[in-house]
Amino acid sequence: MKITIVDYKSGNISSVINSFKEVAKDQVNLEVTSDIKKIQSSDKIVLPGQGSFKSCVDALKKINGLVDTLNEFTISKKKPLLGICVGLQMFADIGYEEIETKGLGWISGKVSKINNQNGKYKLPHIGWNQIKIVKDSKIFKDIDNNSHMYFVHSFEFIPQDKNVILATTDYSSKIVCAVEKENIFGAQFHPEKSDKIGLKIIDNFINL
Amino acid sequence: MLKNRIIPCLDVKNGRVVKGINFVDLKDAGDPVEQAKIYSDGGADEICFLDITASNENRDTIYDVVKETSKKCFVPLTVGGGVRSVEDIYKLLSCGADKVSINTAAVQNAEVVLESSKKFGSQCIVVAIDAKKNENRWEVFTHGGRNNSGIDVLEYAKQMEENGAGELLVTSMDRDGTQVGYDIDLMSKISSKVNIPVIASGGVGNLDHLVDGIKLGKASAVLAASIFHYGKYSVKEAKEYLDSKGIPVRI
Repeated sequence: MKITIVDYKSGNISSVINSFKEVAKDQVNLEVTSDIKKIQSSDKIVLPGQGSFKSCVDALKKINGLVDTLNEFTISKKKPLLGICVGLQMFADIGYEEIETKGLGWISGKVSKINNQNGKYKLPHIGWNQIKIVKDSKIFKDIDNNSHMYFVHSFEFIPQDKNVILATTDYSSKIVCAVEKENIFGAQFHPEKSDKIGLKIIDNFINL
Repeated sequence: MLKNRIIPCLDVKNGRVVKGINFVDLKDAGDPVEQAKIYSDGGADEICFLDITASNENRDTIYDVVKETSKKCFVPLTVGGGVRSVEDIYKLLSCGADKVSINTAAVQNAEVVLESSKKFGSQCIVVAIDAKKNENRWEVFTHGGRNNSGIDVLEYAKQMEENGAGELLVTSMDRDGTQVGYDIDLMSKISSKVNIPVIASGGVGNLDHLVDGIKLGKASAVLAASIFHYGKYSVKEAKEYLDSKGIPVRI
């Protein structure tokens, strides 16, 4: 199997690479690239994302043909993709970080700043929080409800269709932290930094 | 519910840990990678490396340490010490650090925080503040505590938040190494002043100090070095103690 971690120069992805290497060992042919041809021939894709919604979307667009290739991979061919953090947020139609910016539009919804209730909650939401699993998914195989995951973000994805929500986490309100729509998976938390339980999620994605 | 974090910190010099962990099963007391792994296996919520390498020639050793650690530890890794430029931050991040802490450079050149938080995201920019009390206020010290900038700590903290820092790592120089507890007054004042998480550092001698740092100092995370290094307490014991005191921790 060939899995590609999309490297579109959106910040630091070495932790994502290391965690996939750790889990995949030698069973998976792991590529880290933005090469269109290599992405097209992959079986699965990981879309990381750090920094702002706008900077990530801009970085994707900067690479010629990348957005079209991702669209074809996920929407036409329906092959599995995992978005992490801003990688998940970009599934939305629109994001409001820095300036109103169009997303990939794969899962209808918007990305807005977490309501910190006038400073009652610190932002970014940094640290370990429990996830409440609201829907069964292959990605959560052998993951207990209320497991701790590592978060670091100030914006949240609010999907239109609540049926795509797999899990939420409690911080000021119920924040959507995992989604699934057909072949598209997303985690707001960082499985690559969430210790053994996070690595299990990566393992589940590899073994989908 | 978001949990309070416990962050063990390792001082690294020329690629070796200066104050080692006292564990019987440790093969090499000076190996930072091995020690970080012990901490992460023991439930540390993050690992912090402070590079105290004196000379520039040996700077590259920290990159190797970060590279190796990030292959073995799957919890966040913060690296600080001697970070001078956006380029330094980039290098550490690409070696596998998840966050970089900036101290002297943030005082000398505000651009470093502004530019790096914009470029890499606030989530990976930690501003480290060394604070020392002077009459009725605290002042920011630089160069490992050698130089007094004369800048008011509370105003500086607010400024760093505005410049894009994702977190503040606040060390009380008056308390550092004393083992009498965090400077609670300082921590709570800073924490009330800013809307970003504050990590308390400097002065921990027992587990009640960690409790106070969170309960009274309102810190989101507590950092400690020597209580863990010398095997006085394990990270697990610390977490169980905090839990018994009603503080939310990841167990």
